[in-house]
Amino acid sequence: MSTTVAAKPATMAQALGRALRDAMADDPAVHVMGEDVGTLGGVFRITDGLAAEFGDERCADTPLAEAGILGAAVGMAMYGLRPVVEMQFDAFAYPAFEQLVSHVARMRNRTRGAMPLPITVRVPYGGGIGGVEHHSDSSEAYYLATPGLHVVTPATVADAYGLLRAAIASDDPVVFLEPKRLYWSKADWNPDHPLSVEPIGRAVVRRTGRSATLLTYGPSVPVCLEAAEAATAEGWDLEVVDLRSLVPFDDETVCASVRRTGRAVVVHEAGGFGGPGGEIAARVTERCFHYLEAPVLRVAGFDIPYPPPMLERHHLPGVDRILDAVARLQWEADS
Amino acid sequence: MEQRGAYTPTPPPAWTPRTDPAPLLPDAEPYRVLGTPAAREADPELLRRLHTALVRGRRYNTQATALTKQGRLAVYPSSTGQEACEIGAAFALEERDWLFPSYRDTLAVIARGVDPVETLTLLRGDWHTGYDPYEHRVAPLSTPLATQLPHAVGLAHAARLKGDDVVALAMVGDGGTSEGDFHEALNFAAVWRSPVVFLVQNNGFAISVPLDKQTAAPSLAHKAVGYGMRGRLVDGNDALAVHEVLTEAVRHARAGGGPTLVEALTYRVEAHTNADDAGRYRAPTDGDAWRAHDPVALVEAELTARGLLDADTLEAVRADAETMAADLRARMNQDAPLDPMDLFAHVYAEPTPQLREQEAQLRAEIAAAAEDRPEGTPR
Ligand SMILES: Cc1ncc(C[n+]2csc(CCOP(=O)(O)OP(=O)(O)O)c2C)c(N)n1
Repeated sequence: MSTTVAAKPATMAQALGRALRDAMADDPAVHVMGEDVGTLGGVFRITDGLAAEFGDERCADTPLAEAGILGAAVGMAMYGLRPVVEMQFDAFAYPAFEQLVSHVARMRNRTRGAMPLPITVRVPYGGGIGGVEHHSDSSEAYYLATPGLHVVTPATVADAYGLLRAAIASDDPVVFLEPKRLYWSKADWNPDHPLSVEPIGRAVVRRTGRSATLLTYGPSVPVCLEAAEAATAEGWDLEVVDLRSLVPFDDETVCASVRRTGRAVVVHEAGGFGGPGGEIAARVTERCFHYLEAPVLRVAGFDIPYPPPMLERHHLPGVDRILDAVARLQWEADS
Repeated sequence: MEQRGAYTPTPPPAWTPRTDPAPLLPDAEPYRVLGTPAAREADPELLRRLHTALVRGRRYNTQATALTKQGRLAVYPSSTGQEACEIGAAFALEERDWLFPSYRDTLAVIARGVDPVETLTLLRGDWHTGYDPYEHRVAPLSTPLATQLPHAVGLAHAARLKGDDVVALAMVGDGGTSEGDFHEALNFAAVWRSPVVFLVQNNGFAISVPLDKQTAAPSLAHKAVGYGMRGRLVDGNDALAVHEVLTEAVRHARAGGGPTLVEALTYRVEAHTNADDAGRYRAPTDGDAWRAHDPVALVEAELTARGLLDADTLEAVRADAETMAADLRARMNQDAPLDPMDLFAHVYAEPTPQLREQEAQLRAEIAAAAEDRPEGTPR
């Protein structure tokens, strides 16, 4: 007998937890590890209940040492496990950087495919939650500059589930960036039907429009959707593309959209200089030059260390800043 | 001054230092066997195997160094003088165990059964690792210092979780013990009671920096105490002593006793690599006492004293090493087969669309170059 479970509001945090639980239930090789992930269930409670259900070896509290956690995960993956590592906050993943860059990202390559490392590194990232210093960094540029890693970030409750399942199932290491600001965002979600797994590497059009494309991901997706609604008052019909995966990058969906609209703005929280937006704008320009009515613009965070909480609203790209950029897309030859 | 409220001081709660497992303090003297009466008890077969591997190891070091002069290797970090650490330790492992080596540990890798040519692939420059790690259970030679130590802990931990009695041997230099990964690995291993043996080859120098600028600890083996694991100190030029200490540590780990930190005292006879000038940081006579305490000579003396090594046997062992060196030379002098498309083959399980584009670009470049080349020109 099958029971039908009605859709009910679920948070992104719950969807992530559910993805971990289902992955662990499906595959005994999946091991969750990190700081406070056991009894406490993680500081964001993503791993809540996993230690109780699967035991404290499959959902393990580790010593407080990020390089050690990720380094041990490398050895565990070498022996056939699928470690899912939680880094407590974006800026606390930096001690593990050497393991990530020097080993995790390149072990498959170094061993000519003999030693793939199916490790998922979950990193809560980004600002907007009033966090103190070192709790709000957008570190994605570091990861996407490292060949051998997949870099993924969900913006919706359903994608949080679907992409995390795909990340854990991937035979390659995945840096899974969780937008903290969206942990408590809700959607009507029926966690039992369907539980869709979203393949890594596909962008999605969240809102169709004709006059320009907003290219964005993670925490900036809802902001862009809001900006698109507001822009209708000015007569703009904006398309919003949620990239979902920064590596691999979905040139196809992105370019199809920009060719349709002829204008594009890249929006993200990370600093603009050396940030993902520069790469995305360049790719779009190289591929869509003849379709473009205006240069590809970027709306990014300022090029500053993440500001203190009382000032972060001035730093984070908001609706107004996005609308200003959209207005600048009225490109005139002499402007 | 304002009067504080009445407060009756109470004594602090009792604190009991953890004494289990005890005792953790390392040996007061490095453990030695060769040259002592205890060596007479050693299994002749083991001594012979150690001897053969030491002689081959020494010859491999001189051959590899010679290959750098011919431009066949970019660089070679010689382990001359340290052969006993490498071989004594690797021989303590069972087939199912794993080795996690640093760049200088090619002799340990060979002792696990890896083809000597494959151990040089990294240094020759045609493939980062050069061998399939699963074939002989040898992790890739690690160039970043100490970073392979947490891998050893994770692998041993995973094996234990799966119910396999596998032990991991992780090797690091004295300089490497200053790295954060060294501390994190030891701490993880101790907390998890992982079946890992850490072997520090203290050869006196990290490139040019002597040990007293690296650490203020009484010995590197003492570092074990703070993590709650046993520390052992051994004469790293005494192959038998290294083998005994490592065998005991491996047995202890396999039995569930947790990790051990072993410090092997030895000396780096050659410069850091062929590219280094040791004359800038040590006098020619430095290390003479160590040179006189040569690992190959120590085993030979023992074998001879016990009547286990005559001139013919010695000649046969040396001839075997020569054959190995000649084979190494011949095979290293062949050009490595290279396929440029290898650049893209193993970055991801499936190349990204971006890599496919770049692969197509390179393929086209190579095809165009082939067309431009006049008839009969060599590639
Ligand atoms: C993380 C890191 N930092 C620096 C280096 C450059 N380096 C290579 S070998 C070496 C000295 C290592 O000394 P030690 O650990 O004593 O090992 P030994 O070379 O004596 O075997 C240094 C600094 C490196 N390989 N990795």
